[in-house]
Amino acid sequence: MRHIISLLMENEAGALSRVAGLFSARGYNIESLSVAPTEDPTLSRMTIVTSGSDAVIEQINKQLNKLVDVAALIDLSEGEHLERELMLVKISAHSGNREELKRISDIFHGHIIDVSKHTCTIELTNTCAMLDSFLDAIDRDLILETVRTGASGIGRGERILKL
Amino acid sequence: MELTGAEILIRCLQEEQVEYVFGYPGGAVLFIYDALFQQDKVKHVLVRHEQAAVHAADGYARSSDRVGVALVTSGPGLTNAVTVIATAYMDSTPMVVISGQVPTGAIGEDAFQEVDAVGITRPCVKHNFLVKDVKDIASTIKKAFYLAKSGRPGPVLVDIPKDVSNHRTTFEYPASVMIRSYHPAGKGDSGQIRHAAQMLLGAKRPMIYAGGGVVLSDASAQLTGLVRLLGFPCTNTLMGLGGFPASDRHFVGMLGMHGTYEANMAMQHCDVLLAVGARFDDRVIGNVEHFAQMPRKIIHIDIDPSSIAKRVKVDLPIVGDVKLVLDELLDVLRSCRQAPDAAAMAAWWKQVEEWRAAGGEMRYKNSSEIIKPQFVIEKLHEITGGDAFITTDVGQHQMWTAQYYKFDKPRRWVTSGGLGTMGFGLPAAMGVQMVNPGATVACVTGEGSIQMNIQELSTCKQFHLPIKIVALNNGYLGMVRQWQEFFHGNRYSETYMNALPDFVKLAEAYGHVGMRIEKPADVEPALKEAFARRRDLVFMDFRTDPTENVYPMVPGGRGLSEIILAEEL
Repeated sequence: MRHIISLLMENEAGALSRVAGLFSARGYNIESLSVAPTEDPTLSRMTIVTSGSDAVIEQINKQLNKLVDVAALIDLSEGEHLERELMLVKISAHSGNREELKRISDIFHGHIIDVSKHTCTIELTNTCAMLDSFLDAIDRDLILETVRTGASGIGRGERILKL
Repeated sequence: MELTGAEILIRCLQEEQVEYVFGYPGGAVLFIYDALFQQDKVKHVLVRHEQAAVHAADGYARSSDRVGVALVTSGPGLTNAVTVIATAYMDSTPMVVISGQVPTGAIGEDAFQEVDAVGITRPCVKHNFLVKDVKDIASTIKKAFYLAKSGRPGPVLVDIPKDVSNHRTTFEYPASVMIRSYHPAGKGDSGQIRHAAQMLLGAKRPMIYAGGGVVLSDASAQLTGLVRLLGFPCTNTLMGLGGFPASDRHFVGMLGMHGTYEANMAMQHCDVLLAVGARFDDRVIGNVEHFAQMPRKIIHIDIDPSSIAKRVKVDLPIVGDVKLVLDELLDVLRSCRQAPDAAAMAAWWKQVEEWRAAGGEMRYKNSSEIIKPQFVIEKLHEITGGDAFITTDVGQHQMWTAQYYKFDKPRRWVTSGGLGTMGFGLPAAMGVQMVNPGATVACVTGEGSIQMNIQELSTCKQFHLPIKIVALNNGYLGMVRQWQEFFHGNRYSETYMNALPDFVKLAEAYGHVGMRIEKPADVEPALKEAFARRRDLVFMDFRTDPTENVYPMVPGGRGLSEIILAEEL
């Protein structure tokens, strides 16, 4: 099952590689990982999307918690949460398909952020699944580049991860 | 007054009451060695290879309750230490390893003797630090000792660039340490402990399985008290030996791949299992599915939550320091005035004793013609009164020592359990002897393992370490040969040790005493003579039966009750 693990860790050199190294060393699956400092510059917030059996997820949580640099951790999938991912897609465009691309982009709440003679670049922010659906709606041969940030997650309402 | 980083480091070690640093100098640690030279509180033990420095620090820590300290230079100094840091990590030894690094300005430029120390050790340390500012040295060393010793212990690496060790700042050693992201477990959950007491009291076929966590937590007295109060059978893992007295009638021997028949059968057939500071690893329970076939309730006490429910499902987890949890469990049991079901216990013990008889204890066929390795260990136990500190290397000799040397006290048994590092024994014995001066220290080894760190005979000479080396020399890498015999059609691929040195002359060349023992009748007199030489290192080269195998054996991937006893093969 897919899980979104969110954690706060010391914003120190090497902290990211401790987490990434843990996943590769123990053979855990990692779908995406995104990390950036928080409002407190000494802390970084990381969102990891992973999958595995309940036992594997339990071990992942425990192993992450065991890292000295990890200050707090929550498995967002265990409760109500929100998930967003940013994607930039560059698509081969010509006079014949620009209108259609605009329509599809609007349906997925995307924005066209760049246009050139032969291309158009769309920015989308949505759940990972919706981004996948957008890509499915576009002719694969037209896609020139896809850049995704990986998911960021946050708990709903009063569900807060803070030190 | 301002001090250099190197001077600050040494002052920190003094503050931590460090007695010995095991190390080897080099370019990146020149300032540190200079600071060491100019004081005499922290003594330095010069080894002959960095691997030995860290093993010695490891042996020092395991046989005391102190933190081992090693010091190596950058690049090859550090990489030579990696195997050894991993050894300590697998067995949770509290240790601080200090490595030199190239100057901060040269980091990343592929400088001479540069290696990414923090990167290369990351998977095999509890934590590590690169100190980039001299102002951070004192607080980092304070944190390193705290991390190494607290919670589940482990090695901590502190990498110090050469320029940082020469920069100056004022020295102030922090009185306390707080790491906001690190909260080692202390007491266990009282509700869970009360629940555990009820489960134990309700058991019909109980078993207590105790590992290295008991030794690390100094909880032998608590474990012994618990076993005797409840009257349950108790087994130890390889790492746990000595955590419960082997001479106690409740002890059913070591369990696992080369454990006793009764320990493995009782483990498989019990209805309530109390695991204490142990981690159900592959060498202990064999095939996980086979182990899980039998219905049993498992209570697991461990300080490291990630050790719980890692390989087997646990019914009642108790996260906490083993000593504190056992203390509370004992209190609960004593105050509830209930006793285990006497009839069930009598029936269970009858069964356990039947297994004990069927397993034939630890028996081998002695010979008057050729020295049996087990016989040497039995005599070693007898002659040292079971009271020596014993280190080993890895292989058949290690298993025979675990089986035949009956440890009654903790921290007397020093072996590389998790990583299985050949070359551990002799340098570890140096650390053991340093922290236990005057004690009897023996290193049981093989002709293969001893050659992995033989150069340390020189260190032993320099520091007058009267270690007794008991080499069980069968001319083969015996454990590998045994597996080749069992599972690879007797094809002894590269396990014959041809062109062995004359160990007697070798010992003598290093200024020690060498003995060669070839006949069973000479075993006892030789051991007596060797151990009577209180001031000498004696290298005993026992020529043992090359065909002898370690039994019993649970073949890899098999279940505990699929154990092979000697006569079945």
